[in-house]
Amino acid sequence: MTIEKKEKEEILESQLAPGHKACTGCGLALAARTVMNTAGKDVIVTAATGCLEVFSTSYPQSAWKMPWIHSLFENSAAVAAGIEVALKALGREKEAKIIAQGGDGATADIGIGCLSGMFERGHNILYVCYDNEAYMNTGVQRSGLTPFEAWTSTSPSGKVSWGNPTEKKNMPAIAAAHGIPYVATASVAYLKDLEKKVKKALDIVGPKYLQIHAPCPLGWAHEPWDTIKVAKLAVQTGLIPLYEMENGVITSVRKIAKKAPVEEYLKLQGRFKHLFKKPGFEKELERIQAMADATIKKFNLM
Amino acid sequence: MKKVIEGSMAVAEAVKVCRPHVISAYPITPQTHIVENLSQFVADGELKAEFLNVESEFGAASVVLGASATGARAYSATTAQGLLLMVEVLFNIAGLRLPVVITCTNRAVSAPINIWNDQQDAMTIRDSGWIMLFAEDNQEAADMHLQAFKIGEHPEIMLPVMVNMDGFILTHAFEPIEFIDQKMADEFLPPFKPELYLTPKNPLTFGVLAEPDWYMETRYRLQKAIEASTDMIEEVADQFKKTFGRYQGGLVEKYRLDGAETVIVSMGSVVGTIKEVVDALRDKGKKIGVLKIRTFRPFPKEAIYDALKNVKNVIVMEKAISLGATGILYDEIKAALYGKPSQPKVSGFIAGLGGRDIPKESIMKVIEKGEAGISDNVFVDLKENLIGGK
Ligand code: SF4
Repeated sequence: MTIEKKEKEEILESQLAPGHKACTGCGLALAARTVMNTAGKDVIVTAATGCLEVFSTSYPQSAWKMPWIHSLFENSAAVAAGIEVALKALGREKEAKIIAQGGDGATADIGIGCLSGMFERGHNILYVCYDNEAYMNTGVQRSGLTPFEAWTSTSPSGKVSWGNPTEKKNMPAIAAAHGIPYVATASVAYLKDLEKKVKKALDIVGPKYLQIHAPCPLGWAHEPWDTIKVAKLAVQTGLIPLYEMENGVITSVRKIAKKAPVEEYLKLQGRFKHLFKKPGFEKELERIQAMADATIKKFNLM
Repeated sequence: MKKVIEGSMAVAEAVKVCRPHVISAYPITPQTHIVENLSQFVADGELKAEFLNVESEFGAASVVLGASATGARAYSATTAQGLLLMVEVLFNIAGLRLPVVITCTNRAVSAPINIWNDQQDAMTIRDSGWIMLFAEDNQEAADMHLQAFKIGEHPEIMLPVMVNMDGFILTHAFEPIEFIDQKMADEFLPPFKPELYLTPKNPLTFGVLAEPDWYMETRYRLQKAIEASTDMIEEVADQFKKTFGRYQGGLVEKYRLDGAETVIVSMGSVVGTIKEVVDALRDKGKKIGVLKIRTFRPFPKEAIYDALKNVKNVIVMEKAISLGATGILYDEIKAALYGKPSQPKVSGFIAGLGGRDIPKESIMKVIEKGEAGISDNVFVDLKENLIGGK
C-alpha cells in the first residue's frame, strides 16, 4: 500500500511525531496523537509514567513537538497544576493551554489524590485519561479500570477464578462529583467525536476530565488490526458509554444504532477467552450482558 | 533593623524577600507557622505569589516541581512524615535539575509518632541530589534561604536546596533577628531566569526515559554539579557577607579550633549548647573546639579533613542514626579521614532523638567518654529503666 502524498504530509505534521516505539495497533498512541493534533502547538503537556511516556521519549529522541514534561507515575495532575500557577505568576497564562495525561492506573489508582486536588482547586487544565484497562507498561496487571472478569497477570483466571473480580471504577462520576465544568468519555473508534470533545474541553475554563477508551493489542490479546473494531464493539455493546457531562449534568450521549451482544466484543480478545471455556460460562456471560444492558438503560443509549 | 520574632516568622520574612512566584504546602507540625505567615503575606498583598494549598506533601512537592520547570521561583516547607511522603518527588526534582528551595523543620519520624526535634527526617534524603544546609540559629536559617536560591539557581549548579532547621527548638523560638532589606535582597538575588523551561516558544521534552546507555551519564553529571556547588556555597557566603555584612554560610564553621586536641562535630541548634560548654572548658585551659557542619550535601570532605587533621579526639554528636549501622554523620566523618596521613580518633554519639533534651552535663560526659577511648554508637542519656529485658 502506498501512502498518498497528502497523508504523508499530515503524518509528518502530527504533533506526536511518527517513529515512536508503541506496539503496532496501539489505541493509546492513536488517542494521544488525536488529542495533540486537535490541541495544536500552543500547549504544555504533562504525562504520567506509563506506555505513553516510555514509547515516546526514549532519550535522545522525543516524539513530542510541544513542551512536555514527565515527572512520576502519580503526579501528572499536580505537576500540571504547578505549571498553571507558574504561568499565572509569571504573567504568561496566555502562552499555552495545559493538558495533563495519564493511563488508567495513573489516573484511577495511584494518581487519584493529585487528580482530586487539581479538580478541587479549579485549575484550568484538561486531564486526559487513556483508558486501556490495565497496567500495560509493566506487563498487564490489573488496575481500577480493568473490567469485570478480564484476565490480567494479577487477576488471572484459574480453577476457582473468572479473572478480575471487580467492576470498572466509575472515574467520570468521581471527576464529576468534584463539580468540575466538563467531563466526557470518548473512544478511539470515533475520532471525530474525540476531536470535538477535546476542542470543546479546551475552550472551557477550569478543570476538564476526558477518559478515552483505547484498546491495547498486547494486553487485551486481540489482533493489532482489530483495534478499531474492538473499540467500536465496546461502545456498541453498551459496555463503554460515550457521553458528556457539563456541570454535573449529562448533556450528550452517543446513541447505539444496533446493539451488539457482549459475546461479540469479548470473543475478539484473549483476555476474555477463559469466559468461553469453563463449565458454567454462560452464567458469567449473562452477568456481563446484564451490566451492558444496565449501562444502556442508565445512559439512555438506545 | 532588629526585631524579636519567632524562627518561623524569620524564615517566612526571608522567603518573602526572595520573591518566590509559587509557594505550595500541606500543613505539618512544626513547619506550619512558616507557610501560615507566607499565606498571610500573600493574602495581604505584601507578597505577589501564587500560594497553593494542596492535598498532600506529595502534591506540594509535585506542584513546585511543575512551577520550577516552567521558570518560576518555587518554595515549599515540610518536615518528618511530610518529607518522607515527598521523597519520590524530591529525587525527581534533583534529577530534573530544578532549583526549588524547601525548608525542612527537622523532626523525628514515626513509629512511634513524635513531633519533636531530631534530624532523622533529613537523613533519608541525603542521597537524592539535593544540596542540604543546616542552621544553628534563626538568623542563620533566615539568611540561608537567600543563599539557597542563589546557589541552586546558578546556571552551573541548577540543583534544589533544602534548608534544615531544628523543629520547635528554632521554629518556635523567639530571637532577635536582623530583617533583610528588600532592596538589598534584590541586589543579592536577581530574578530567576533559567535557560531552559517549559514554553511553546521553545518546545522541549523534560523527564525523558533514559535507557542503560544514557542513564549513568546523567547521574555522573548530577554528581559533578553537586560537587561544583561546594565552591559556589562558599562564594555565595562571601557575596552575602559583602551585601549584608555577616558571614552566614559556607561549608563548615570552625569554632575555637586553634590548637584544639578534642573537637566536637555536630549540626543544627545543638551546636549552640556545645559552643557554651566548649567556652567554659577553654576558660579552664582545655584545648577543645567545635566543628559545625553547615553543609551536609555536598559533604565537604576536604574542609573537614583540613579542620580535623591536627586533632587527637574527634567526637561526633548527632540526632540521627542509620539503624543497623551507625550515626550517619559519624560514619561520614570517619570516611573523610580514612586513608589520609593524619588519623584522629573518632567517637560517635547519638543524642536528642525525638526531642530529648541535651543538657550541658550530657555534653561534658560525652567529651569524657570520647577522650577516654573510641566509643561507637553510644546513645546519650538513655533511660535504662525504660529499656527492660535485653
Ligand atoms: S502495551 Fe498496549 S498501550 Fe502499551 S504501547 Fe503496546 S499496545 Fe500501546
